[in-house]
Amino acid sequence: MNSKTEHIKEPLFHITKRDQMIWYKQWIIRTIAILAALVVSGIVIMVLTKYNPLKVYAEMFKGSFGSSRKTWILLQNLAMLLCISLAVTPAFKMKFWNLGAEGQVLVGGLASAACMFYFKDSLPNAVLILIMLVGSIAAGIIWGVIPALFKAKWNTNESLFTLMMNYIAIQLVSFFIMVWVPSGSSVMGVINQSSEAGWLPIVFDQKYFLNILIVALLTAAMFVYLKYSKQGYEISVVGESQNTARYIGIDVKKVIIRTMVISGGVCGLAGFLLVSGTNHTISKELAGGMGFTAIMVSWLAKFNPVLMVITSFLIVFLQRGAGEIATAFRLNESVADILTGIILFFIIGCEFFINYKINFKKHKEVK
Amino acid sequence: MKKVLSLVLALCLMLGVFAGCGKSSSGTEAVSKENFKIGLICLHDENSTYDNNFIQALKDAQKSLGLKDSQVLIKTNIPEDDQCYTAAAELAEAGCNIVFADSFGHQSYIIQAAKEFKDVQFCHATGTKAHTENLSNFHNAFAQIYNGRYLAGVAAGMKLNEMIENKKITADKAVIGYVGAFPYAEVISGLTSFYLGARSVCSSATMKVTYTGSWFDIALEREAALKLINNGCVLISQHADSEGAPKACESKDVPNVAYNISTISMGPNTALISSKINWTPYFELIVNSMLEGKAIPTDYCGTMKDGYVQLTELNEKVAAKGTKEKLAEVEEKLNSGEIKVFDTNSFTYQGKKLTTYTADVDDADDYKPETEAIENGVFAESSKRSAPYFDLKYIDGISE
Repeated sequence: MNSKTEHIKEPLFHITKRDQMIWYKQWIIRTIAILAALVVSGIVIMVLTKYNPLKVYAEMFKGSFGSSRKTWILLQNLAMLLCISLAVTPAFKMKFWNLGAEGQVLVGGLASAACMFYFKDSLPNAVLILIMLVGSIAAGIIWGVIPALFKAKWNTNESLFTLMMNYIAIQLVSFFIMVWVPSGSSVMGVINQSSEAGWLPIVFDQKYFLNILIVALLTAAMFVYLKYSKQGYEISVVGESQNTARYIGIDVKKVIIRTMVISGGVCGLAGFLLVSGTNHTISKELAGGMGFTAIMVSWLAKFNPVLMVITSFLIVFLQRGAGEIATAFRLNESVADILTGIILFFIIGCEFFINYKINFKKHKEVK
Repeated sequence: MKKVLSLVLALCLMLGVFAGCGKSSSGTEAVSKENFKIGLICLHDENSTYDNNFIQALKDAQKSLGLKDSQVLIKTNIPEDDQCYTAAAELAEAGCNIVFADSFGHQSYIIQAAKEFKDVQFCHATGTKAHTENLSNFHNAFAQIYNGRYLAGVAAGMKLNEMIENKKITADKAVIGYVGAFPYAEVISGLTSFYLGARSVCSSATMKVTYTGSWFDIALEREAALKLINNGCVLISQHADSEGAPKACESKDVPNVAYNISTISMGPNTALISSKINWTPYFELIVNSMLEGKAIPTDYCGTMKDGYVQLTELNEKVAAKGTKEKLAEVEEKLNSGEIKVFDTNSFTYQGKKLTTYTADVDDADDYKPETEAIENGVFAESSKRSAPYFDLKYIDGISE
């Protein structure tokens, strides 16, 4: 070092990566971020709508917890978003960008709907439901594994491939609805409305209970699979570095394909739950964008299935709240979307301060 | 990890508490105005011309009936699945005496809600099942929009005549382009009546139809309109709910006839006129029925005479000379019954006059036609049920 460097102006601040921050500090930062987001949203609400932000927040809360029905809807929506998030997680952890969850859910749902439409009540309900379940999972697997095969064999770009598979799935659904509904209205309506064939049974007098239970079990299973199984370990190694994986003798191609079988299969299961358990119909909007929202849920929770319960709760809570304030204050839902955007921005942004440290010019490091 | 678990457990507990709460039900008979509430379920929001038409109509009815904002609840962006049922159930539980849904695909879910909430009246626009469902609290409604389409067609036909007179096109090039959402009776009935209106003044007019496969898709509707224009269509109309087609027409300087709202602001130089269903009188009708303790009609079809079918402001800048007077004359004849839109003398099918046609009126999910629709030489549209069932693809002069 010579004297020249002394003349170079030291920047106002520079950024360094932090060591793992202690957990309670992380949560303090996250809490501050949420509070800051609420303050900023509050200002936006006041400027845009002239309403009292506290009233708006109270109404938002009512959207999720205002009645037992609203709470059940919240839990049902949470379960479905969580299910699809669980599906994309192994793929993303492996750094396989599965943007095709939307399509995988759709074909899963389509398989279930097809079984309901063609078998009607000719089979005992338990058998029919079993066939639908298997069919949906198989359809999801096929939709997920095609891009994986191409990736493993020819190293094609999986983001584009999975994305484009979505459009094929959408067109397939449109096609079958056209075949099944000759009137041309393109509305399937409730399938088997009178016989209820192929409908998941109502347990404990609650339509959504079975959906929620299945997803809860799935969450636990996915947590164990990713954290404690050998295959889960292989997924993280492949995700970190394919070369390392090869070096220690992991068959990368096999892991890619196997993981996408799981990812697609769980998406297919989500399609089954949406058709058999929730909607009893099929439409292009079955997944309703959840295939993409799920990616955010998964990333926000750092691919931890248990944390994903919280992140999907957050998103669904915001969505339900958004709908509620749109009705209560006669606002367009776009206003509510702005609030959701602000809150997510702060939450994602605060991760920066958890992972990185800002060092100011005359800051003396104290360790 | 323990934290997370305890959070999850807390959530479960909370759920248990909420799940314990029971259902509430509201009264029957006449409802006092202060206690009255109405809920509207919309497929999209104000950005869709279709939904906007309902939202504005309800707001107008709210004003004329003197209801407060808190008595008129509007839920937007409700898809045609279980979310429609839950939205209806939420509105019923919020104390609504009437729940109204605006999209055809909402029907099954509204019926489901109607079976559960017997004290609440459910009204559904464009639906087909109320007349066969035998549910005292489920009702359908529509309007004789074919009269409005026919009138708008007359304005379009006069525009075509003007183009022929000005030597802009020759008579055989008077091709109308029509952007439809789905090849469904509601759309086919609309496009046929529009075409018949146009041909009643411009005898050489023909029509090309294309479908987008969606009720609301700005890009697709724009592309469909551009495709038709490129294929030689000199005037465009549409039965789809976005600004896609009107704006495409403005960019190509092709006259456009719209639906549901006036599009003059989107295409000041090309928007001609729009036909629309005015839902305000229906909202007033059902609210007043509830307040007076009267029954709501099971399957109501509003008429042009009663103000349910309207044309929006005529864009004089675009319209041919004398359009206004001609429209007034034809409207009177339609109202008096002198002109009947689906008079079988005014069109042919495969070169022949239509003497018999069996339509699927009962909507029993079998998609089998069962009802003779030709009465006294006229296709009796919307008289056997409110929603259109003229699904003849296509009368001579129209092609895909």
